[in-house]
Amino acid sequence: MKAARKKRLYLILLIVTGVGVAAALALNAFNQNLMFFYSPSEVSAGKAPSAYPFRLGGLVTDGSVKRLANGLTTRFDVTDMDKTVSIEYTGILPDLFREGQGIVAHGKLRADGVFVADEVLAKHDEKYMPPEVAAALKASHDKGVAEAARESGS
Amino acid sequence: MIPELGHFALILALCMALVLATVPLLGTYTRTQSWVALARPLAWAQFLFLALAFATLMHAFLVDDFSVLYVANHGNTQLPEIYKISAVWGAHEGSLLLWALILGGWTMAVSLFARNLPDEVLARVLAVMGMVSIGFLSFLLFTSNPFERVFPVPVEGGELNPLLQDPGLAIHPPMLYMGYVGMSVAFAFAIAALLGGRLDAAWARWSRPWTLVAWVFLTIGIVLGSWWAYAELGWGGWWFWDPVENASLMPWLAGTALVHSLAVTEKRGAFKRWTVLLALLGFSLSLLGTFLVRSGVLTSVHAFASDPERGLFILLFLLLVIGGSLLLYAVRAPGISRGGGFATVSRESLLLGNNVLLVLMTALVLIGTLAPLLYDAMGWGKISVGFPWFNSMLVTFMPLMVVLMGIGPLTRWKQQDPNELLRRLRLALALSVAAGIAAAVPLLGDNWSLGLALGLSVWLVSTLLTGLFLRLRGKGGLRALAADLSARGGRSYYGMWVAHLGVAFFILGITVATQFDIEKDQRMSPGQSFELAGYRLQFDGVVEAQGPNYAAQRGTIRVFRDSKQIAVLHPEKRVYQVQRKPMTEAGVDPGFMRDIYVSLGEPLPNGDWSLRLYYKPLVRWIWFGGLLIGAGGLLAASDPRYRLRHRRTASEGDALAAGGRA
Repeated sequence: MKAARKKRLYLILLIVTGVGVAAALALNAFNQNLMFFYSPSEVSAGKAPSAYPFRLGGLVTDGSVKRLANGLTTRFDVTDMDKTVSIEYTGILPDLFREGQGIVAHGKLRADGVFVADEVLAKHDEKYMPPEVAAALKASHDKGVAEAARESGS
Repeated sequence: MIPELGHFALILALCMALVLATVPLLGTYTRTQSWVALARPLAWAQFLFLALAFATLMHAFLVDDFSVLYVANHGNTQLPEIYKISAVWGAHEGSLLLWALILGGWTMAVSLFARNLPDEVLARVLAVMGMVSIGFLSFLLFTSNPFERVFPVPVEGGELNPLLQDPGLAIHPPMLYMGYVGMSVAFAFAIAALLGGRLDAAWARWSRPWTLVAWVFLTIGIVLGSWWAYAELGWGGWWFWDPVENASLMPWLAGTALVHSLAVTEKRGAFKRWTVLLALLGFSLSLLGTFLVRSGVLTSVHAFASDPERGLFILLFLLLVIGGSLLLYAVRAPGISRGGGFATVSRESLLLGNNVLLVLMTALVLIGTLAPLLYDAMGWGKISVGFPWFNSMLVTFMPLMVVLMGIGPLTRWKQQDPNELLRRLRLALALSVAAGIAAAVPLLGDNWSLGLALGLSVWLVSTLLTGLFLRLRGKGGLRALAADLSARGGRSYYGMWVAHLGVAFFILGITVATQFDIEKDQRMSPGQSFELAGYRLQFDGVVEAQGPNYAAQRGTIRVFRDSKQIAVLHPEKRVYQVQRKPMTEAGVDPGFMRDIYVSLGEPLPNGDWSLRLYYKPLVRWIWFGGLLIGAGGLLAASDPRYRLRHRRTASEGDALAAGGRA
């Protein structure tokens, strides 16, 4: 009986250690692989990291989409109605990419302030706005309203 | 008039569910036979009314009755018939109705085919399913009524999302729902057992085939979804770690753990509490998945237009189900007998390892899926958890699991002599290590993963063959296979065999398709050719074409191998008439060893186009493996021992449980 208990205890200890190590590994990897989202205002204010990749989202500015000479690289601006950031992407854009559409791009900031995207996402429902983009738009809108109120008050 | 009939049928179905959830259950406590006997007819009536409601909605789509808001939003006179039918479940309200219908269908199936169940157990199981049904039907009626009218009546409907106009998608949601909702059967069996205070091997035997079938549907639903994403989204991927995909993967992982743990409970009477917990977990995760999809709290390609009220309803329902069932478990668990003991080296230990790993993976997927919500709620910033994390987790834990998967079937229940086990595994071990090294060496440097994958696949196949050899050796070799297949317990074994073989295909498919695929975004002029992995792709330009309800730009690409033409591909860019949505249809030349996959990008000056060209080796093995896994599950569920009369099964189960207790 006692031996059986001991055996069971060892088994449980083994499992607990295993799960513990696994959890530690997972959490460590987790922190290294997070992708944060920044709005154009935050990027303009220099809050976004320049060393590692992040996600940037907003509305594609009307008239900003240009194709570079090699034919496959596209350059366009995204805005949160307050600040604007330029994005460069080489490859084929999603079907629903167009001016005025809310998009999210994955990539890194280049030294000249252009965001070089390795992936551009536009959602399948044109009425659908990525929640991050909606929140960024709302934040800049609220800021604008607050500023207008302050100006009219003074 | 007809839509009101559907609405009325839905209300009647809810009434049936209300009675089903209460009266038979009370009957089992007061020992009123007539109340207990009500369960069956109530389950049939519920299904009948749900089928009527569903048929009514389908009728509204077929006759283009745009006075129904849901039909006006998602139907269209120009839609081909088949998509008018699939449009019924193409959006929120209708897909919930399908969900409720399938739940009603499972309930009726249990009442019809679970002939080996004692009446009381059956009444409890059906009552629990009735409770779940109450939740979904009131959700439908109070927050998302598909029969709501609209006035003035629009002349033309808003059309089904073009993305969903695909044969794959016409069957993917029903399959997946069969699996999701099927988990409720395992849940109902577990709750019924807790309610009745009888948690024994007989319970495991009753619930096992149902759990297996539900799990098979879930497997096939996920495979179809993955195949659809590949064929339809036009970017060549087959799994995106999208929250909604994760929502289907989590119940699958928990279900896989459950299927294995049920085996231990049935054969050895052990792991009972664990099995019950897994059954609760599986269904809770199915509900969580519904919550994630329906509430729109997460960014996802699947997100339907969201509605906070709906999200709140499901969240409350979720809390009620999880809280209620855990409370019941807490009250009853101390009374559950301990199962049979086992040695450290035994099949039980290995299956325990399998379960720990599967639950761990479920937890990791859950963390990755919910972390963005948590970060947002805590104000830590907006994040996404993408491919790298999920993939690194998979690569960490899958190999471990596959190693156990090879050993498990060759190990005896209760106690195994380690030396004998080593002797059995020797050959497989040597083969797989050799194959792994052989694959890794020529590519030494960064490609150890192919070696690992090949080693693991060879390990699985060779251990499976060893097992088959050992099993048939005493019975007269391969000739005995047919007889063994029809013997009691035979199909369980061969089901496992086929499913594990599927895993071997799956691993190789995943590894080769992700490591050796070639993707080129290319600018091409008409007449121009491009070399891709030994194939010559010739672009012959793009012409206008007209479909039933869309206009398309149709490209032609001819594929040559050794200057012989082997395929002509027609990738398209479509614009659907009503929603004006552009859609990409990829042109695929499928093959067992490789796919050539082409999609149109954008038109460039001078008739040039940007094209996306893929070479995807072994990509079909991923789905083939998935289908084998499903086929194995079906084979196991068809084992004759699940169809025995209940008296014999019950007494046998009791004896086993009693033996386990000793």
